[in-house]
Amino acid sequence: MKRTLLTGNGAAAWGVRLAGVDYVPAFPITPQTEIIETIANWIDLGEMDCRMVTLESEHSMITAAGAAAATGVRAFTATSSQGLLYAMEMIYTVAGWRVPFVMVNVSRGLSAPITLEPDHNDILVARDSGFLQIHCATCQEVLDSILMAFRLAEDEQVRLPVIVNMDGFYLSFTREPVEIPDADAVTRFLPPFDPENICFRASAPVSEAVAVLGGPPYSYFRYETHLASLNAVPVFAKIAEEFAQAFGRTYEAVEAYRTDDAELVFVIMGSFATKAKDAVDRLREAGRSVGLLRPRLLRPFPNGDIRRILAGKKGVAVIDQNLSMGMGGVLHSELASALYGQAHAPPVLVSFIGGLGGRDIGPEEFYEMASVTRKAVEDGKAPAPRLLYTEKELREVRKLQAIAQVERENLGQNQ
Amino acid sequence: MSETVFKRMKSLPSAHLLGAGTSLCAGCGGLEALKEIYDILGEKTVIVNAAGCMTLLTIYPFTPFRGSWLYTAMASAPAGAQGIRDALDILLHKGRISPEEDLKVVVLTGDGAAYGMGLSSTSGAIERELDFLYICYDNEGYGNTGQQFSGATPHGARTSTSKGPRGFPGYKKDLFAIWSAHRPSYVATVVGAEALDLARKIEKAAGLKGPRLIIALSPCPTGWSYDPKETVEIGKLAVKTGVWPLKESINGEVVHTKVPHKRLPVEAYLERQGRFAHLFSPQRNKVLLKEIQARVDAYWERVSQPTLL
Ligand SMILES: Cc1ncc(C[n+]2csc(CCOP(=O)(O)OP(=O)(O)O)c2C)c(N)n1
Ligand code: SF4
Repeated sequence: MKRTLLTGNGAAAWGVRLAGVDYVPAFPITPQTEIIETIANWIDLGEMDCRMVTLESEHSMITAAGAAAATGVRAFTATSSQGLLYAMEMIYTVAGWRVPFVMVNVSRGLSAPITLEPDHNDILVARDSGFLQIHCATCQEVLDSILMAFRLAEDEQVRLPVIVNMDGFYLSFTREPVEIPDADAVTRFLPPFDPENICFRASAPVSEAVAVLGGPPYSYFRYETHLASLNAVPVFAKIAEEFAQAFGRTYEAVEAYRTDDAELVFVIMGSFATKAKDAVDRLREAGRSVGLLRPRLLRPFPNGDIRRILAGKKGVAVIDQNLSMGMGGVLHSELASALYGQAHAPPVLVSFIGGLGGRDIGPEEFYEMASVTRKAVEDGKAPAPRLLYTEKELREVRKLQAIAQVERENLGQNQ
Repeated sequence: MSETVFKRMKSLPSAHLLGAGTSLCAGCGGLEALKEIYDILGEKTVIVNAAGCMTLLTIYPFTPFRGSWLYTAMASAPAGAQGIRDALDILLHKGRISPEEDLKVVVLTGDGAAYGMGLSSTSGAIERELDFLYICYDNEGYGNTGQQFSGATPHGARTSTSKGPRGFPGYKKDLFAIWSAHRPSYVATVVGAEALDLARKIEKAAGLKGPRLIIALSPCPTGWSYDPKETVEIGKLAVKTGVWPLKESINGEVVHTKVPHKRLPVEAYLERQGRFAHLFSPQRNKVLLKEIQARVDAYWERVSQPTLL
């Protein structure tokens, strides 16, 4: 099979192109912009029969995407960090509209302080919105996930928007060999969107997203959205199987790497799983029985798979690239709630926070996390969450602080 | 521009399309205007609504609209219109729906959304030359939340966030000018009480393409404190005193459609409303009344001498 070198953003654009997307409301933000630039270019060259509109904000962009999907076209959009938060009112709203469309979020740390580099706090803000979430670790997975995401969103058991998430820089700007699937095979896997009853038409007037009075109807529609989201677990499994048959690549809701005979398991999302896998291999070479679990689906949360894979393990190290202020790692909480009280659940769940704002997690840190977790298993007690940071990093920051102080004083003298 | 079918009051539609029995207040001037507008636009419409009083027109499972409706949020109804319009155009272009299935896309928001939170999305929609109609019912405050002042509140009015003796210290924003500066196809002011003028403008707007925007002054018995049966009277007084100029702008040229040649003093309008009661009692606030009158006079002075504009 022929492979092309593509960035994560390039792979996303290819996914959109192959999916036969009709409509792309857009707004620029680093590190996502290359996706919409690539699509705009293809439209200009006549290579994509698609309409793209640049809105004046992400709030409007999501409104337009949702409204277009509600009118019965296949819509795609993309954003990142501040853009996602700016749109947040509409993220919740359009999920409530039960409209199928796909959005790529290129994860980037949130302000303040403002940064361009990645972590997962942005995407986790959308966790409870009703959007489904697929998290990617490779550029190939980005392309493939977009195709699967449209199937998932449009499935009549689901009918919810889907976010495909990738890490800024580590995926968005990193070139990897990607197999671009054959267009006809994609059309067979993902036929044109049949909106059925999702539409605004003169002959079939509808009222969408109307007000309700009182808790019971409100709860009813909210529960319905939750149940539709849960339906996405078996539907995703079915779609992934069809995808594997058509294209030979398998994507399960949870990726398990060398977990079968592992005693300790790392749990991590997104592209840093590649680093974790490397560490697992090294630790295996050193005789440690370590494995890795990566939730690909974050919503719906694949509780069943996670319980099954982690059953009987002695300890789990959850590595969160996010920080819930005053609590700790979000994924750690999710795992605790999935595992608590379950038969054969691992007795020790250790929480690590790392990789914020693009900070790397080095191999020796993975080894250290493995030994902290092993120690916790021996003690039968998980330590307080660890914030990964090296002495060297602390020295560097102290230096920056000293420079800031001097700069301020210099400015004062020059006045 | 073709001749109007609305030559006199009698030629206005006599059967009404909008269902009765909504949960809005009795005597709602916004609803009065909307009824008149809907009769002309008809049911091949999709109304894209922002948060406000009108949101409560459709409460599950009821709706007074024979056509379609989408509630969005307070800030982004024009972006909702963008998504629907674009999607309909794509479907038409790709032959996935027949032209008979097409809809007019109509944004419906209050002044709070139009003058403030939704101004950026409106500006964007006009700049993109979106083919849509925007109806702002202007009750001069955040009505749904209990009539706090908004960017549309007139100087001196009492609102629930300007209860002091001077009322609202700010001035009503000139949304007509702000919208017109974008050079949309059409901008007009209307009031439900002047039904013929309103009908002609909606008819004209409906016949044009591109962004068309209407501000309907909407007397609000609840927020302005007056007896609901006086809504029409107060609407008429707003025009007769010159407080609410009826005008339209086509491609930048502004025309006043109903000039009150013998303007009544503004007091005739103000004294009918509880929100201005503090201007009259315990004693007359001569200074403020004079200021309000002077502003209205200055406006019409500029109109009669366009060189001053
Ligand atoms: C983002 C957001 N902020 C605040 C509100 C609360 N809210 C609902 S309706 C409304 C007032 C809207 O005022 P206006 O546009 O003038 O319409 P009216 O209520 O007068 O009909 C407000 C502030 C909201 N729905 N959304
Ligand atoms: S508060 Fe005013 S605008 Fe709102 S429904 Fe009542 S009368 Fe109409």
